[in-house]
Amino acid sequence: MHASVRPAVSVNITPPVITGANRETAAPSEMRMTISKVNFWYGAKQTLFDISLGVATSKVTALIGPSGCGKSTLLRTLDRMHETVRNSRLEGEILLDGKNILDQDVTLLRRRVGMVFQRPNPFPKSIFENVAYGLRINGSKLPMAEAVEKSLRHAALWDEVKDHLHKSAYELSGGQQQRLCIARALAVEPEVLLLDEPCSALDPISTAKIEELLVQLKDLCTIVTVTHNMQQAARISDFTAFLLTGQLIEFSPTPQLFTKPTDARTEAYITGRFG
Amino acid sequence: MATTSTTVPSAGPFAGSRSFLARLREGDEIARLITLLFAASVVLITLLIVYELWQGSVLPRHKFGFAFLRTSVWDPNFDNFGALPFIFGTVVTSAVALFIAVPLGIGAAIFLAELAPARLSDALEFFIDLLAAVPSVIYGLLGIFIVVPIMRDVIQPALKNTLGFIPLFKGPAFGIGFLTAGIVLAIMVIPYIISVSREILLSVPRDQREAALALGSTRWESTWKVVVPFARTGIMGSIFLALARALGETMAVTMVIGNTPAIAASLFSPGDSIASVIANQFTEATGDLYTQSLIELGLVLFLLTFILNGLARLLILVTSQRGSAHA
Amino acid sequence: MNARLRWRKFVSNFMLTMTGVCALVSVAVLFFILGYLVYHGGASINWDFFTKLPAPVGESGGGMANAILGSAKLLLLATLFGVPIGFFGAIYLAEFSGSKVAFVVRYAADLLNGVPSIVIGIFAYSVAVQPFKHFSTFAGGFALGVMMIPITLRSTEQFLLGVPRTLREGAMALGASKWKTIATVVVPAAYRGILTAVLLAFARVAGETAPLLFTALGNRFWSNGWNEPTASLPVMIYNYALSPFEDWHRQAWAAGLVLLGLILVINIVARAILARGISVPRA
Repeated sequence: MHASVRPAVSVNITPPVITGANRETAAPSEMRMTISKVNFWYGAKQTLFDISLGVATSKVTALIGPSGCGKSTLLRTLDRMHETVRNSRLEGEILLDGKNILDQDVTLLRRRVGMVFQRPNPFPKSIFENVAYGLRINGSKLPMAEAVEKSLRHAALWDEVKDHLHKSAYELSGGQQQRLCIARALAVEPEVLLLDEPCSALDPISTAKIEELLVQLKDLCTIVTVTHNMQQAARISDFTAFLLTGQLIEFSPTPQLFTKPTDARTEAYITGRFG
Repeated sequence: MATTSTTVPSAGPFAGSRSFLARLREGDEIARLITLLFAASVVLITLLIVYELWQGSVLPRHKFGFAFLRTSVWDPNFDNFGALPFIFGTVVTSAVALFIAVPLGIGAAIFLAELAPARLSDALEFFIDLLAAVPSVIYGLLGIFIVVPIMRDVIQPALKNTLGFIPLFKGPAFGIGFLTAGIVLAIMVIPYIISVSREILLSVPRDQREAALALGSTRWESTWKVVVPFARTGIMGSIFLALARALGETMAVTMVIGNTPAIAASLFSPGDSIASVIANQFTEATGDLYTQSLIELGLVLFLLTFILNGLARLLILVTSQRGSAHA
Repeated sequence: MNARLRWRKFVSNFMLTMTGVCALVSVAVLFFILGYLVYHGGASINWDFFTKLPAPVGESGGGMANAILGSAKLLLLATLFGVPIGFFGAIYLAEFSGSKVAFVVRYAADLLNGVPSIVIGIFAYSVAVQPFKHFSTFAGGFALGVMMIPITLRSTEQFLLGVPRTLREGAMALGASKWKTIATVVVPAAYRGILTAVLLAFARVAGETAPLLFTALGNRFWSNGWNEPTASLPVMIYNYALSPFEDWHRQAWAAGLVLLGLILVINIVARAILARGISVPRA
């Protein structure tokens, strides 16, 4: 288990970050994942065109763009969830710590790259069992109760549920359920955590709690999040990628993208002229 | 100004006494009443069935009371009637049927819902539906001429040789009996388990399965540990439905069960079920007590299937609501 | 890949293969049934089967002409009795009723659907045989008709409800009264589904034996009119199969093939009608 070795120091430096049409490169940092010339088809329709970017270790990377731009599709390739849909085809390379994830065993990959979904989707089990699920199937030798507590603490949920661990997960509020899903994902100690619009089904207070959580979590694992809320991206992320109709338009450190975007389309999007 | 008058049929008892507007709608009123009559007749027929069963069994109900359900003697010669052998037969054959059909049916449903590509799943479902349309008497035909010989010559001897020490598999084996009837019943109820379970599994929200996969589950783990438990109430419902079906099955069972009111430990023993004894003896029953005892058996069967069907529908309803209600 | 993962993957592949086997076995049964029927019954189907009366007991030869006609008469009666009740009852539910009444009617229909066919036979005996002191085609038709009601009712109701509001409103805006709208717009729009429902109900009762055992009973000769007991295909199959005569067994197979063939064809046709498209695009 690698949790205690963070923050990682020297990692294979993969090719430097490449933006779309623009030449701005991000400051070199260790890349936990590298996406290289990825093209994606759903059936005959191509939905991602030549995407290349790097996901920096222990940082939050946000994917933004209007509906249908492909940000969720891109996110789902990172743990090969696209393979659950027939008719999908991927070309290109996606490296995790330098090794192509497409060549690895997918079950192992998904333990290292976790995912939280748009709508909270706890299993019909107790709170405890939800968090323990990933540990149980991997045959973890750790004492379960401690591991569950650790995850729930990381997800800032422990205090609220510590006396109700054996109640059904469905008795929690929406925001709590989403934090439970985060705890569940964290329990297997992934290196990367993918979040697909994690707050879009939640109220503002729950949203704020989760945003705070994500910023804290980056010490634990690398975060990639899709969001349609630009202010959220501006608030919590270190790097932001802007996608439009399946293409990567711009990828820069967040402050830069939001104050001095280099592409006219980026500027049009963030100033709300479309999307 | 109502100068354009639509010709309203003056049929209907209120032609003169209604207001103009009401008469305009009279065509509708008549239509409503006629269709109401038909709809009401459905309720009427159902109530009538209950009434006839109740009234038609008045003699044995008064004579035997609840002891009818406990007595194991069925002796037309001495006017002594007890339902126990038939309840026993019904329960045993249904239990055997479920024992075989549930794993097979749920396994097939899992395959169709989780694994098979949509086209294959639909094609197979089509055949399963056709299987459900095969009438009972045809299953009986195959039962007598195909299953019974196989049981007598192959399966029962094999069971005796390997498991003969268990009381379930002792005694003379002629191919007919509880086990054979149970097997034929199993074949008949599998399509119901498959159809209903498949639909229920398909209705489990995608993101449950995806969440399991995203945590590094294998496909089987995500199916067995997450999707199936999510659907378990509905699947229980499908089992109850199948059981209700099995209880009422008449022809196929009658043709292979042996038609002997016997309570025995061995599955090879011939026996009788509620439905099959009614089918066999009803037209031969002499005397009111005899006939009415058979009708009382019908009443028992009716109540059993009524309860099971009600429970089944409740369970299936609960699952479908949970699918849309959570979070 | 460590050993545990290898094991988990093995279990996964193994179990998933097993479910495929379950599905295969279940579907294979259908083909076995058809196969045996064709094999045993195919050779016995000849002109005699369709045209001759049963031969005297013990003699070989003869056919099931009376049973075929008997089944036809029974099914005709059943349709005439059960379909209008189901159809008009469904119109009431879909177009006129309030929710409380609708609930009661639907509940009764579902209950009726779940009644075992032998119990329907007892009911029909009590109502249509006992008071008249004899078995008859009428009684058999009545029993089968009762079984057709719930299937027809629920399916028709569903298809009527599936016709979009806008269609009805269009007709009424042109001045059509409610019943005219139903008759000229709604029902035609749902006709595919309704036809399918009727066909499936028909196929379902065509194979029913139990309700006929104490209503139509049986007859070794032609049944005259509608008031006499009559032979029917399912009951003939039952009786012949249980008899000790080889020749009768052969004829039972033939009858089984004819009966199942008819039922399967109706089922396939009914589904094809439906698959060709719901008559009205869903709103």
